[in-house]
Amino acid sequence: MRHIAIALAVGLAGCAGQTSAAPAPAPVTTSATSRSQTSDSTARIAASEGGVSVPNDNPFPSTYKPFPSRPTVIRNVTILTAAGPTIRNGSVLLRDGRIAAVGASVGAPADAVVIDGTGKYVTPGIIDTHSHIGAGGVPDDNGTQTNDVNEATNPVTANVWVEHSVWPQDPQFPRSLAGGVTTLQVLPGSANLIGGRSVVLKVVPSRTVQGMKFPGAKYGLKMACGENPKRVYRARGPSTRMGNVAGYRAAWIQAEAYKRRWDKWNATHQGDPPARDLGLETLAEVLRGNILVHNHCYRADEMAQMIDIAHEFGYQIRSFHHGVEAYKIADLLARDSIAASVWADWGAFKMEAADAVRGNMAMLDHAGVRTIMHSDDASGEQRLNQEAAKAMAEGSRIGLPVSEDEAVKWMTINPAWALGLQDRIGSIEVGKNADVVLWSGDPFSVYSRAEKVWIDGAMMFDRLDPAHQWRTDFELGFVPANNGGTK
Amino acid sequence: MRARSLAAAALVLCATATQAQTIAITGGKVYPVSGPVIEGGTVLFRDGKIVAVGRDVAVPAGAQRIDATGKVVTPGLVNAATELGLVEIGAVSSTREYGAPDAQNGIAAAFTPWIGLNPTSILLAPAREAGVTTVMVSPEGGLISGQAGIVHLVPGTAEDMIMRSPVGMVATLGPGRGPNGGSRAATLLKLREVLDDAKAYRTRRADFERAQIRPLAASRLDLEALQMVLDGRVPMIIEADKSSDIQAAMRLAKDYGFRMILAGGAEAWMVADELAAAHIPVLTGAMNNIPETFATLGQRQENAGLLNKAGVKVSVIGNAGGGDEDAFNVRNVRFEAGNAVAYGMDWDSALRSITLTPAETFGVADRVGSLAPGRSADVVIWSGDPLEFATQPERVFIAGREVTQPSRQDLLEDRYKTLPPNYRAPLGKP
Repeated sequence: MRHIAIALAVGLAGCAGQTSAAPAPAPVTTSATSRSQTSDSTARIAASEGGVSVPNDNPFPSTYKPFPSRPTVIRNVTILTAAGPTIRNGSVLLRDGRIAAVGASVGAPADAVVIDGTGKYVTPGIIDTHSHIGAGGVPDDNGTQTNDVNEATNPVTANVWVEHSVWPQDPQFPRSLAGGVTTLQVLPGSANLIGGRSVVLKVVPSRTVQGMKFPGAKYGLKMACGENPKRVYRARGPSTRMGNVAGYRAAWIQAEAYKRRWDKWNATHQGDPPARDLGLETLAEVLRGNILVHNHCYRADEMAQMIDIAHEFGYQIRSFHHGVEAYKIADLLARDSIAASVWADWGAFKMEAADAVRGNMAMLDHAGVRTIMHSDDASGEQRLNQEAAKAMAEGSRIGLPVSEDEAVKWMTINPAWALGLQDRIGSIEVGKNADVVLWSGDPFSVYSRAEKVWIDGAMMFDRLDPAHQWRTDFELGFVPANNGGTK
Repeated sequence: MRARSLAAAALVLCATATQAQTIAITGGKVYPVSGPVIEGGTVLFRDGKIVAVGRDVAVPAGAQRIDATGKVVTPGLVNAATELGLVEIGAVSSTREYGAPDAQNGIAAAFTPWIGLNPTSILLAPAREAGVTTVMVSPEGGLISGQAGIVHLVPGTAEDMIMRSPVGMVATLGPGRGPNGGSRAATLLKLREVLDDAKAYRTRRADFERAQIRPLAASRLDLEALQMVLDGRVPMIIEADKSSDIQAAMRLAKDYGFRMILAGGAEAWMVADELAAAHIPVLTGAMNNIPETFATLGQRQENAGLLNKAGVKVSVIGNAGGGDEDAFNVRNVRFEAGNAVAYGMDWDSALRSITLTPAETFGVADRVGSLAPGRSADVVIWSGDPLEFATQPERVFIAGREVTQPSRQDLLEDRYKTLPPNYRAPLGKP
């Protein structure tokens, strides 16, 4: 029910007479000036790996560096690779941050740490496409001011970047890590039609959000359909679903014009550059394909309309989120290669969630849709494996069984694709980042827990060793040391 | 249940006939909960009541036999913290029935939400078909929210469903409760004032009626309702998370001599021995480890297991906090119990924590919560370990009648399992 509480709070904020006009334009910055502030290396990463074609394309560059690691072999273990059939009694070698070998047996360097995985399972690191942790931090008692998820002052806030809300000391981060989550996308909330930029983070301790940012990951854009925006802005509009759609289209029309102005100037560099507008800059980058659209949408009919809007303006929806009615339009999603980030069994908490069925994932998967288990919840994020297990069970019940080899993709390679990172994370394949979870047993059993978690080959969590259990600054003194589900 | 759901309409008509039958479930691994597991056991029931449970039960001629070889048989599950039947669509205020009328002023002791119970709620079927057969329903809001009741998920009228009421008076301790927010001490002061005035009212009802008494801190109805707490007939269910709030609640119970049940109890593990010594049952979950507020800094998944080890009677309830576990996902309580096992509770205690323990806690153990002669024939046949995700509740009986009504979700899945959707009844069906 926590999400409802948050949503209602947003509603109050939204109708508390907020009538702010469009945000003040950002100062004009010349291309030359901002280029000079961008290091060559980040510029290269930006150009090749998902940065943006704007004057200052990477103003908050990632400073993440992998943690120290030793070559590590996990032996005698069942490996769900997310790239092929289960390897029973297999081995995997992590070296220099990468998966160096995987198979029935692998050669191990003499200095390798050897872990016996008898009775245990290995999966790729879990990836959540829909998180708010860090931005919606805890504790969130009245007055803590830790909830920075919704900039509910204007229905279109494409200008905000959620990374500027992320508190790296949010105690929810280590709990997600202990649930096997190695990468997550933090999204702005759903109060707005267009909520702003997302950020993709590695779940690692850091003093700064820059130290958590996944190097080279594309940004996402949060959009939201349906009840939330029209409820939050009912006093000033949009107050209806038709108002919502008019709002998206108006924003994209502006973005097209902005993109044309900048494309023209970029081609000629004649005269003064056009004035920068942070919001339109983000939207124009979506139109250029450099930012991926993540669209909160519950109802099938609204998703179909959002698909038409994407066609009208020539962008792709990378993933619908929540999609409780996605099963009704599985064919449309498959046709347009739109991923579905959904829950196992949330529903009925509001009208647009009334048609939630537990068979959603199995029906989507069988229809060829890239299906993703997402959380939107710091508690559920710790147990995406359990959520997947519930959805598998329902598949069996309705005659649409899903194998473990397929279901593991719901929380690994499929979300990796939704984040544009499918070539780097999401499967146990040679050359991929060594983001790996060792589970105490079958990850789809209620009794299994993530026992050890590696990110880029470095052991970041060990349930059996307090020395490998991250405690945030906040937790020191506030939270008993034996807390956190880590023992 | 899937195969049967399409023909469900017909089966519903047969349900009444089924009730009168004698049914023997044979060959299963039977967990009576009130006694040791029985391999290859028989559960015999007739006219809605369990007649016999054991290995060598004689099955009368004419009884319907159900072979449960290779299956697990348990009592129907009891979920001790729900709003089932009191809410339909959470955000639709006209379908919310759990709100206390006087929550603004904080005191609604006379409020009995089950009066508004919706026996046709669409949320009942998902719970029933998942093996949940009895639920506690609770009011919400304010300092004293009102009274809780036990609801049996038999099909029928609200009257048929209300098994026992009231079973508790619900109050909440913590920061900012009470009329105008305020401190913990202010909340406690308000509670003490109300309880003192309820005592005063008890001895001076006549003066109260003649208006010859100073103004009292609650309405006549609320003061009247609190008598059953003060005289020990009904326990106070106190929701509190912080260990010091729990201790304050225990002091209150001692000072006023009422029985107490602790609900929530995020930090209960810190005071487990005190709770055990005071024989205070606890309703708590096993899937929350997030310091969501300054009252839950010590929240951990081991809570239920640690309390159980200390000798506290623990009913496991949903508390993960995101998944609507008091309404649409009441059915997930068995997974909460499974998580309790993963975090230290023994398996038998975990099954007990969602069957007999809550039945005992709310005084209905003579009716539900175990497989024993005389109990309501609430029986679930599971495909395997009932705490595991992959396990299906294959057949569910409530008061001897098999659950056959498909949920709305079943109907939607049937319609959309093939695309384009089947907007008409399948050919060949009436």
